[in-house]
Amino acid sequence: MEPLFAILVGALFTVAIYLFLSKHVIRILMGASILGNAVNLLIFTAGRVTREVPPIILADSDSLSDAAANPLPQALILTAIVISFSFFAFLLVLGYRAFQELKTDRSDEMRVAEPLGEQSPPTGY
Amino acid sequence: MSASAPGATFIVLMLPFLAAIIAPWLTRRLGHNAAWLLALAPVAIFLHFLGFSSEIATGGIVTGGFKWVPSYNVSFSWLIDGLSLTFVLLISGIGALIMLYSGGYLKGHDQLGRFLSFMLLFMGAMLGVVISDSFLMLFVYWELTSITSFLLIGFDHSREASRRAALQALVVTGAGGLALLAGLLVIWNITGVSQISLLLNYGDELRESPFYLLALLLVLGGAFSKSAQFPLHFWLPNAMEAPTPVSAYLHSATMVKAGVYLLMRLNPVLGETLWWETILPLFGGTTLIVGTLLAIRQTDLKLMLAYTTVSSLGLLVMLTGFGSEHAIAAAVLYLVAHSLFKGGLFMVAGLIDHEAGTRDVTRLGGLRKAMPITFVAAMAAAISMAGLPPFIGFLAKEEIYYALWAVDPWSLAFVAVAVVGNGLMFVIGFAVAIKPFFGPAVKTPKAAHEGPVLLWLGPLTLGVAALVMALLSPITHRFISSPMASAVAGGAETVSISLIPHIGAPLMLSLVTIGFGIIAYRMLDRLRAGMISLLAAIGWGPDHGFDQLIAGLVRLSVAVTRFVQPGRLEIYMTVTFLMIAAALIAPMAWYGEWPSMPAWPADVQFHELVVFSMVIIGLLAVIYARDRLTAIVSLGIQGFAVALIFMLFGAPDLSFTQFMVETLAVVILALVMTRLRLTASDHRPTLQKAFDMSVAVACGGGFMLYLLAVTQQPFNTALSDFFAAYSKLVAHGSNVVNVIIVDFRGTDTLGEIAVVMITGLAILSLIRIRTPRVAVADNDPDLTDVTDHKAEVR
Repeated sequence: MEPLFAILVGALFTVAIYLFLSKHVIRILMGASILGNAVNLLIFTAGRVTREVPPIILADSDSLSDAAANPLPQALILTAIVISFSFFAFLLVLGYRAFQELKTDRSDEMRVAEPLGEQSPPTGY
Repeated sequence: MSASAPGATFIVLMLPFLAAIIAPWLTRRLGHNAAWLLALAPVAIFLHFLGFSSEIATGGIVTGGFKWVPSYNVSFSWLIDGLSLTFVLLISGIGALIMLYSGGYLKGHDQLGRFLSFMLLFMGAMLGVVISDSFLMLFVYWELTSITSFLLIGFDHSREASRRAALQALVVTGAGGLALLAGLLVIWNITGVSQISLLLNYGDELRESPFYLLALLLVLGGAFSKSAQFPLHFWLPNAMEAPTPVSAYLHSATMVKAGVYLLMRLNPVLGETLWWETILPLFGGTTLIVGTLLAIRQTDLKLMLAYTTVSSLGLLVMLTGFGSEHAIAAAVLYLVAHSLFKGGLFMVAGLIDHEAGTRDVTRLGGLRKAMPITFVAAMAAAISMAGLPPFIGFLAKEEIYYALWAVDPWSLAFVAVAVVGNGLMFVIGFAVAIKPFFGPAVKTPKAAHEGPVLLWLGPLTLGVAALVMALLSPITHRFISSPMASAVAGGAETVSISLIPHIGAPLMLSLVTIGFGIIAYRMLDRLRAGMISLLAAIGWGPDHGFDQLIAGLVRLSVAVTRFVQPGRLEIYMTVTFLMIAAALIAPMAWYGEWPSMPAWPADVQFHELVVFSMVIIGLLAVIYARDRLTAIVSLGIQGFAVALIFMLFGAPDLSFTQFMVETLAVVILALVMTRLRLTASDHRPTLQKAFDMSVAVACGGGFMLYLLAVTQQPFNTALSDFFAAYSKLVAHGSNVVNVIIVDFRGTDTLGEIAVVMITGLAILSLIRIRTPRVAVADNDPDLTDVTDHKAEVR
């Protein structure tokens, strides 16, 4: 199964990065959301894929059966999903406020910190 | 010495720094009279090291110190021999007089405490330079003198000329210090020792090393920049922007002599080679001539003296590089003599400036009656500088000619250089000492009268010292000149010259020098006019070059910054992603470790393929969506499809979380973004799209190949096995994922919660900022609109 997952992960990364490069805040946001999925699936696949058996120890056993899925990547991804969502929310509000203040949704028009045609520093002492 | 000597020496070495700490406080209490108390610090240093002189005079060497970084064989250690002892005595002795002079000179200045503090700091740094045994300590103190001299030269920081001079001195001497560090490291590498006292045994190894020339050039870079050798001489005259006590101290016995000290110190190990005996005399001789010629041009007393300091340093470097015993003796004597007379003359110049209100030699005259003590001090220093008996300058000059005189072209050329240089210094010395005092009284900006005792004590004492040292020349030689010459030569040396002149070539050369000097003195005004027009014809000098260098540096850094940081997000991101793609693909290409072509998974089932294609369809729809809402919904499709994948492959917890998060994301995105009049779809030009897409494909393809390569490696299950085995037994939980999160990696989860909370707070504060901060005019018609939006969000 892993080759199919690899192709999927590659596609997710490609689309996320393509959106990132688009200069529009909303598209960058969607890119961020997709990038989260891409990374999560990357971790998931790297821990190898198993079908349909969740990593839960049965009542009559003391340890996980060999057929169960790898629990470690799942724990990592669970953390990652929550964090990437909180960042997504933060970026969303940041983009929203930036649009309110700067009247643009294009990153190349946001030049308050580094305005075009900035004066050179003085060369005196 | 007694057993307590190392501790006492250490305390004495720290004494200037301690005094520097209390100087501002003391000055607030006592005003300028604090100088009397602060001068006790250098006096104590002087007396402490005077105690070593009998041991040094009999050929002894005192070393001591503490381990600093034992694992790197770095120590805080000192070396007291004839060379360092003479320097220490000059630094502390003249230092004490300068402290007093500073108190008188800047009396009533509201920054006097700061000034005295800087002076003491500098004194401490300078002592450290000449007494250091370990390379690292030498370098640290060396750079400390650069930094403290920066503070002193820039003391009057409200003037631009002062700031420029300070920066110039720091750049030139600081860069030289770095060259010195590199040179010392090369020497360390060649010989394996990092202490000067040990290095003295490794002279032959060093001279035979293939890296000898590299080490030599780097060390010379340090020494020449510090000692203002042409063409790096320009910082020294500019440093005259500092208050006169600074010039009198830095440019007589200390700062500028540090380079000469270094050359003398390393003469036994680096000297006696063709390179050494060519480079040093050539640069020194050039500096001597250029310095005196530039001095002729000046009318400002301090600048005249500054340029003769440059030429004196040239003379010292020339003599040090000459290599003969007499040349070393001459360098030693001249160094002492120069410290005394130049310190005195600078103080005299400051005194005249202080009392008469100007130091322009053309606006001064007839001060002899008004300032008799100053006049005596000035004459004493000038006679010594001119090399006339009965002062120590005479001994030095006799020894110089004795050393240089030989009948071969190389020697004769330097004899000529020395005669011209000395003759012109004779002129400048007397121009400073005679012009302001003789002739008709000239009306000066202030009514001139004798200065206070704090001001004339220094120059007078130095003049007397120059006289006494010459009259008692056997004692001078026994305790000062011979031990120092021995240390410089690296073997026992005896200096024996006395005030009774040799009948021979040296005396003849002295007479020639004096004759030349008298003639030149009478033609001084014409010479000056000639130099001024010559320099105007040249038009460009290293001083101007420094300005161009600094301006060029600023322009270069502006250009580099603008190139590296254009302020455009998409450029940063393009570069970042290209780097990521390169980092993923390049190692595989370089080592040829591409993943092997995977076979079509035989066990893939139809419903799995459907879910996979849902993700792909969702992604394509996001890209090609004609309006925002479609794009957002398509985003949801791929998110839910990913959640389904988690469900199908044994991760129900992930699936559940993913469903929630995707739902929330889509809803919030739809709510917030549809309120804004955002551009509906992508408006990049096609070419730009193609480029961006190829960057994205390179990066995404890189991740795909990487993941393929990873999954084709055997899987190490050690960690997973651990969790599988112990989740129930140790942590008493059946859901292994939950056990990992809340138990095995509980602290990590705590961090995650903190991140979520901080993000929440940041979001809250972003929303609640009320006033629009930037670029919104008061009468902006959109303003009301904006506030409405905010209210709705809240």
